[in-house]
Amino acid sequence: MKFADSPVLAPTFPPWRVRVVIGALGAAFAVLVGRAVYLQGWNHDFLRAKGESRYSRTLEIPAVRGRILDRNGEALAVSTPVKSIWAIPEDATLTTKQVETLARTLALPRTELAQRLAGTARDFVYLKRQVPPEIADQVAALKLPGIYQSREYRRYYPAGEATAHVVGFTDVDEVGQEGIELAFQETLAGRAGSRRVIKDRLGQIVEDVESVRAARDGRDVVLALDARIQSLAYGELKRAVAAHRARGGGIVVLDVATGELLALANLPSYNPNNRARVSGEQVRNRAVTDQFEPGSTLKPFTVALALETGRWTPGTLIQTAPGSLTIGPATIRDAHPAGALTVEQVIQKSSNVGAAKIALALPAEEIWGMFDDIGLGTPPRLGFPGESGGKLRPFKTWRPIEQATMSYGHGISVSLVQLARAYTVFARDGDLVPLSLAKADALPAGKPVLSPKTAAAVRHMLELAVEPGGTGPRARIVGYRVGGKTGTAHKQEHGGYAPDKYHSSFVGFAPLSRPRLVVAVMIDEPGAGQYYGGQVAAPVFAQVMAGALRLLGVAPDAPLKPIETPAGVLEVRESV
Amino acid sequence: MLQLAARAWDRLTESIDGTLMLLAVLIIALGLFTLYSAAYENPARMQAQFVNIGVALVAMWIAAQVPPQTLMRMAVPIYAVGLALLVAVALFGEVANGARRWLHVGVVRFQPSEIMKIAMPLMLAWYFQRREATLTARDYLVAALILAVPAALIARQPDLGTALLVLAAGFYVIFLAGLSWRLIVPVAALGAVGLIALIAFETQICHPDAVWPGIKAYQKARVCTLLDPSTDPLGRGFHIIQATIAVGSGGFTGKGWLQGTQTHLEFIPERSTDFIFAVFSEEFGLAGNAVLLVLYVALLARGFVIAAGAPTFFARLLAGAITLIFFTYAFVNMGMVSGILPVVGVPLPLVSYGGTALVTLFLGLGILMSIQKHRKLVQT
Repeated sequence: MKFADSPVLAPTFPPWRVRVVIGALGAAFAVLVGRAVYLQGWNHDFLRAKGESRYSRTLEIPAVRGRILDRNGEALAVSTPVKSIWAIPEDATLTTKQVETLARTLALPRTELAQRLAGTARDFVYLKRQVPPEIADQVAALKLPGIYQSREYRRYYPAGEATAHVVGFTDVDEVGQEGIELAFQETLAGRAGSRRVIKDRLGQIVEDVESVRAARDGRDVVLALDARIQSLAYGELKRAVAAHRARGGGIVVLDVATGELLALANLPSYNPNNRARVSGEQVRNRAVTDQFEPGSTLKPFTVALALETGRWTPGTLIQTAPGSLTIGPATIRDAHPAGALTVEQVIQKSSNVGAAKIALALPAEEIWGMFDDIGLGTPPRLGFPGESGGKLRPFKTWRPIEQATMSYGHGISVSLVQLARAYTVFARDGDLVPLSLAKADALPAGKPVLSPKTAAAVRHMLELAVEPGGTGPRARIVGYRVGGKTGTAHKQEHGGYAPDKYHSSFVGFAPLSRPRLVVAVMIDEPGAGQYYGGQVAAPVFAQVMAGALRLLGVAPDAPLKPIETPAGVLEVRESV
Repeated sequence: MLQLAARAWDRLTESIDGTLMLLAVLIIALGLFTLYSAAYENPARMQAQFVNIGVALVAMWIAAQVPPQTLMRMAVPIYAVGLALLVAVALFGEVANGARRWLHVGVVRFQPSEIMKIAMPLMLAWYFQRREATLTARDYLVAALILAVPAALIARQPDLGTALLVLAAGFYVIFLAGLSWRLIVPVAALGAVGLIALIAFETQICHPDAVWPGIKAYQKARVCTLLDPSTDPLGRGFHIIQATIAVGSGGFTGKGWLQGTQTHLEFIPERSTDFIFAVFSEEFGLAGNAVLLVLYVALLARGFVIAAGAPTFFARLLAGAITLIFFTYAFVNMGMVSGILPVVGVPLPLVSYGGTALVTLFLGLGILMSIQKHRKLVQT
């Protein structure tokens, strides 16, 4: 550098150097301004929204699930407040000793707890759900970092296994899974509310901005069910199933006047409060979802149809000798071959040949029409999940042998609820009542199926059937006149009939002079030797009917004296 | 009595440059308002900052009393002490947050690197003044050495931000002293090419397996995070994303004083120190930024006027360099907060909470005032 050029000699900095500095500074500030305009003008809305998304949160306010009550206000399902213990593993820096204490408090294996807390890259993990409040308080008292609680509800079923199938249950998130809990999910669940709050970076609520929507608690569901009758029915059924070493069973109690379901129980059942080891077998609501061949319990409908035509009267004689009837390759047999039987006696003695002969004299279409009228082949629309409609094939496909066997309940299948409902036709002077799970406020209108005269005639026959000389004398009860019909059918297995497995049933009503209740009982595969409906199912009917009538305070319509079976009168076994 | 007070006032203010003081006070005032909002949950910070300002004003006043000639004589001793302290830090320094930056002297803990921000331009200006008649290429080499040794010591602590500031301070002096364009242009060009390459080939260069020679992993991460904050939104990208959101959500007029949601919900990290500009931007918006920028530009302009009017080469170099250091602080901080520069620990001058930087900056202002006051009293 030449001496003369030395900037040091210049009076000030060289102008171009100054200009470069000024230019560079100007450029730098221009960049800053540009960036500010870009962020605060151009991108303002986007960034503002991003900011809001970081602090504005919508919280869900849980609604309390409604209770399920029986007709008298007895609680069948209630939600009790519990706590859930959860953790943010990243924040939960616990010493080994703290983990041990926590594991002991929560009754969790220590290794399992440690494993959950060690979960990588997860900012939320449940440690234990549905913890009782007092345990939760103990956990809170430990003051552990990163361990939090939230309020939840746990469903509790006071009546336990007796009402398990009707009431059903919810999952851990209180969503109905079965029974009423599922059918009335909408009503019971209510609607969770929400609040908008402002949270800081640590997730603490800083400000409650507004209530977007108030929580609406679920409404209670009042069932038609009577917990007392339910308990009685379940107990008697359980005793019978145990005594006969049966695979299962079901019982349905209906109110004749209102169509209300007063009781419905199944076996096997389960404890809805502890479903750790519950199988699908136990959970199935058999009385509603399972179909079976009803057997002789359908005979009264064939006979009723015959009476309706006017071509038969209760006294019309039907030749059943020689106790068998061959149609094509098949033969229908009676257990007690008799000679000529009146129509009344066909029911009383449960003659298959008699019923078949009547059926064959009737048009298939009319028989189908009768079955259709009493609700066979159509789900009863109670509101339960998975209701079965049974199997009723179109009459055009019926072969004569099928038309004959259907008259006594074979080649056709129903659910126990359908069968019970069908009997309201006789109990109600000829009309079929719609069923109701919920407590009914008003009397429903029935659908006329039979004339009152025919209904009365069949009622009389059904009373004969439980008298000595009929198939179901064990269905009688003290103080009330009873009408009903036994049913015994081979179980279907592998596309045919199992030779030694039966469905034993009994359906009836009382008091006969003014029927109040219909009770239908079905015992699945009694395995202790006895299998006739009159032996296995009728006693259950008698116990439940007697107890229920007394519970309801129904006036007796028969003398209050012990039931006697006259000596020498054989108990008639029905034809299978 | 009144006369006495007036005379005392005159004595007190005779060395104070009114324009510079007014601008500094305005910026300080804005800073205090912002700090009040940023540190709302920690009111002790406000009191501490008032103490800091008091100390800094005293430092400024003292510096303003010292004539440039005295400063010149003190240049070498200050530089030597600074250098010795840096060596001491390297040997006995206290480690905090993974960096060896602090020295414990009795109860006071301080960063000797801070001294270098003033000592460096002082030393270089002294050197060029001494060699002013016979400036050769060799002198630039010596100057480079004077600059490089402390800068390297600071960079090794590691404290890249301060090292860069010290380097910048030294570079400004060398540049103003007449560094040849033949050296500047190639280096600048190389830098520009490197920057463009970094942005263009970001994915390859910032690949986790890529190793940058001579750069620590966390420093690489800072640069790469700036290029794409979304790669690590909860970790290293968090600062940049939150700050950008805060600045952007301020809009034209801002959310209003004490109304910044990002600030008050604790989303902005370091919001009373390095990231206070995010708080300011969110609450006062583009309008507030414009005011702040105008104040800074005015302050710089005043600094340049003082530099231009300085009578000696030393004073001129020192004033120019101090002014540019001021600019560097402001630009790097605002650039960092608004997401155009990597995160380095540089405070917003006169606004950020913190005593050290405040004292350093006010010392600089004091030196500027001294140069302004003594421009006619002493002729070279």
